Parts: sequence; structure tokens; C-alpha cells
Amino acid sequence: MREHGNVLVFAEQENGEIHPVSYELLGKGSEISKKMGVELDSVLLGYRLEEKANGLVHYGAERVFLLDHPSLRDFDVVRYSRNLVKLVKELRPDVFLFGATRIGRVLAPRVAAALRTGLTADCIDLDVDDEGNLIQIRPAFSGNILAQIKTRTKPQMATVRYKVMKMRDKDLSRRGEIIWRDVEVIENTGLRILEKIEADEVNLTEAEVIVSAGRGLKKPEDFKIIEDLAMVLGGAVGSSRPLVDAGWISKDHQVGFSGNIVKPKVYIACGISGSPQHLFGMRDSEVIIAINKDPSAPIFKFSDYGVVGDLYEIIPLLIEELKKEKISE
Amino acid sequence: MQIKEKIGGTVTAISMGPIQAVVSLRDALARGADRALLLSDTAFAGADTLATSYVLASAVRKLGAVNLVVCGEKTIDGDTAQVGPEVSEFLGFPCVAFVEQIQEVRKDSLVVKSRMGRKCYLLEVRLPGLITVTKDINMPRLPTLKDKIRSRKAEVVLWNADDVSDVANKEYFGLSGSPTSVIKVYAPSTGGGRGQIIEGTSREKAKKIASILKMLNIAR
Repeated sequence: MREHGNVLVFAEQENGEIHPVSYELLGKGSEISKKMGVELDSVLLGYRLEEKANGLVHYGAERVFLLDHPSLRDFDVVRYSRNLVKLVKELRPDVFLFGATRIGRVLAPRVAAALRTGLTADCIDLDVDDEGNLIQIRPAFSGNILAQIKTRTKPQMATVRYKVMKMRDKDLSRRGEIIWRDVEVIENTGLRILEKIEADEVNLTEAEVIVSAGRGLKKPEDFKIIEDLAMVLGGAVGSSRPLVDAGWISKDHQVGFSGNIVKPKVYIACGISGSPQHLFGMRDSEVIIAINKDPSAPIFKFSDYGVVGDLYEIIPLLIEELKKEKISE
Repeated sequence: MQIKEKIGGTVTAISMGPIQAVVSLRDALARGADRALLLSDTAFAGADTLATSYVLASAVRKLGAVNLVVCGEKTIDGDTAQVGPEVSEFLGFPCVAFVEQIQEVRKDSLVVKSRMGRKCYLLEVRLPGLITVTKDINMPRLPTLKDKIRSRKAEVVLWNADDVSDVANKEYFGLSGSPTSVIKVYAPSTGGGRGQIIEGTSREKAKKIASILKMLNIAR
């Protein structure tokens, strides 16, 4: 018998589209399955998704378990968890990974509780120790320190942050096995979707430009200045944690360990001092520009371009300059 | 309280934690909860989310006839958001997480709005059920001075491990029931040291940033 079970990755889909975090998980999954000396499996639930299952192979899955049935077209936590629990009991993976998306963060706990196994939320990195056990790394205590966590039960389950793991390059020549599985159809789960509403979603993780505000902002109405700059640049508005905690702006806008991890082309930090918890959420941005009154603010050490100055003075001037350039072209 | 006002019933505030948590539960009583229950025992200590959820679910089972469990989205320290869904699994309840709004309250179901993925969903959840709510759900009611004084004397029911052992397996409590453990904590290395400081008057600084943005093809 093999010493370890495989690594299993939950491939998340919404409306038939695979969430990119699933590809990132496959990237990290291949790394840790190699270290453990096992294979990388993926499981996909939905309807009419054979082609998408093949896509998962291109990103590194060696086997894809496909549960394809109309009842699984939309996410239903009861149907999804029951079917996953059944599969896990058969496959006995050592590691089972989910994206730390909203779907992952409600589904994974249900599965973990049903299997009575440990689950670590919101990991930002994964590794394998000498015995082949999973090391899960996540922020703790509001995000200013990191914790390494181990799980003594199997499967070792974790949800993993979007945009922190690297996906492998898509390789169309990669071959893998698609394994169709019977679906347990559960008629009435007590949940019914009445309506899907297009959300005027703040999608920070996808934005190319993010303009963020921190405690340098004096009152909630002043987010207008930040919005104006974001508008001119066609970007999104971000925020550091204190302003979200104060209720000045919704959580969707939060950048940092406990908010969104972002990698835009340009990140403009306005009145943000640069706590470790914030820095981790944005330090991989391609270009970081910081505007802060305090020349000793840590953010300047992490920015490509720093401006020591009052955001209330600099931003309006910047907007003016940007508009000017537009006209002159 | 708003749900109770629509369909009747009683509201029980429940928590697991050290004895100091009585203070928060008294606050819940001051804000209108009919009773408060604190699960407190050294046997519960050291619990991860699985063991915490198990104890809470056991208490709900012991209370009996619970129609709706409302949890916060997550704690502010652990930030895991796992306890609500895990409790629902232990109870076999349907659950909706990240509820932003309760649109309709009926005797046997709720209609709630929750953001999942790229869309918002309007969902019907059958009762008994569980929801976890985000902090946008409402503004907490303010207790009156009279309520506050009354709640100071009100009783918070204390249950220890023995009190729930008839509906639960004690091995699943606390540290022994927790499969995950922290093996190490450390400060993140933040790297850094790449910066260039832009000098000049405010106008010059603004001009310089504008030209950088233009160079990056951001401002066109």
C-alpha cells in the first residue's frame, strides 16, 4: 500500500466557468503532491462540464473526477458537500484543497465537519514536512503574524487564498484521466435559488489599477477623492483594514491578509502607513506608488515611487494633471 | 429580535468561552434576548473550529426545538468563518453563509440575500436552518438604561462539559477534539527596500506621478 493518499483539489465553477483559484490550487497541488510522492486529483461538480474537466488536466490534474448532473448546475451546499464526502470516503486523499472563495468557505467546513477532520481557513502558503504531512500557513491575530498549522486527521483540509499561489502554464499536451462518477441526487435540500442578481461587484482581485486609502483619510465622505482618482484611471477603490472596521467602506474593498490579496499593474496607496497585514495584500503589485504625509511610514520602503505629502493636496493635483494629459493628446 | 417580532418564539444568545464571556451575553440580554447560555469548561479550552462547532451544535441539540440558528460571519481574531457552516453540518441543517439581508420571514422558511462568487443570490432556506450574517445585516439595537440595569441581574445559564455530555461525545471537546494545531508563529518577513522618493513641489510631484502612470499605459 502507498504511504500517502493523493492530493485532491476542488475545482470551483459558477455558471460553467472555472474559478481561476482552482488553477492556482492545481499549481500548488502539483508541487506538494510531488513532495509527498503521490498524484494530483481534482473533482469538478456541475452540469455539462466535460470540456472544463479537460481544462483542469491542462493545468496539472492527473485525474479529474467529474460529477456531472443537472442538480449540480448551481451551487447548493448540501448537495455539493454530500457528494464530496462520498467521494472522499472512497478516494481517501491525504490532502483536500479548496479556494478560499465564498463558495469554498461555506462548502469546505461542511465537508470537514461531516468527515470530522481538521480544516485550516484562508491559507497563504502550503508546504510538506519530512514525514509528508501538510504544513498550512495562514495569518493569525488580525493578520500581523503568520501561523504554521498541522492537522492530525486525514484528509488534511485547507481553503487557500485566491491570487497567492502560482498557476502552472496551460499545457494542451498534458494528458490525464477524466473519471465520470455517479451523482447522488438529493431532491429537496432545504435550499432553493429564487433569483440570481447581477451584483455590482467590486472585483478588486481582477482590477488593473487600485487606488487605496488608509488612516490618512479624515472622514468617510473623503473616499470621494479616492474614487475620483480611481475613476480617472479606470481602476478600483481599495482600503486598509481600519477604515473597513470603522464601517467607512465595505469589506469587499479591503486589501490585506484578512481582505483581498491583489496584484494589479499599479497600486496607489494613499495615506496608508503600511502595516504588515496590508503590505502582504498588495506587495506583489507590479508598480506601487505611495502618498503619505509621514516620511517614516513603512509603506515607502515597499513602494516603487513615494510621495511625501498630504493626499488632500496631491490627489486633486494629480487628477488635474491626468486630465490635462488626456486633453493634450 | 426582528424575526421574533414577526413569527414569535424566543431568542437565546449562546456562546462558548471563558467565564468573562458572561459580559457579552448580558449585553445580549439587555438588547432583548430572552435567555443567555454560556458553555464554559476547561474541557472546552484549546478548541479549534471543529471542536468549537461540535460543542455549540451539541448545545443547540440539547436546547431542542431550535428553529433558526443565526451566527456572525466570523470572529474578529480567528477570521476563519468556519464555525457557522460546521455547526449546520453537525445539526444537519441547511445553511446559507454571508447573508447580507433577510428579505422575508415565514414560519417555515426565510428568504435571504447572499453574495456568492460573481453573483448575488436570493435564496429560500427551509427551517430549521442556519444562516451566517455579515455585519451589513443591520445596526444593533441600543439597550435602554433600564434594560441594562435589568440585565446586570439577569441570569446567564452556565453549562459545562457534563451538562451537554448526554447529547455529545466528550472526546470531541476542546483540545482533544481539535485535529488542527498551531506548530509555530512568526512575524512575516516583508522584504522591501525598492523605493524612490519623488521630490519637488506638490505640483511637480503630481506631474511626475501622472507621467509615470502614462508611461505605464495606465493613464491614456
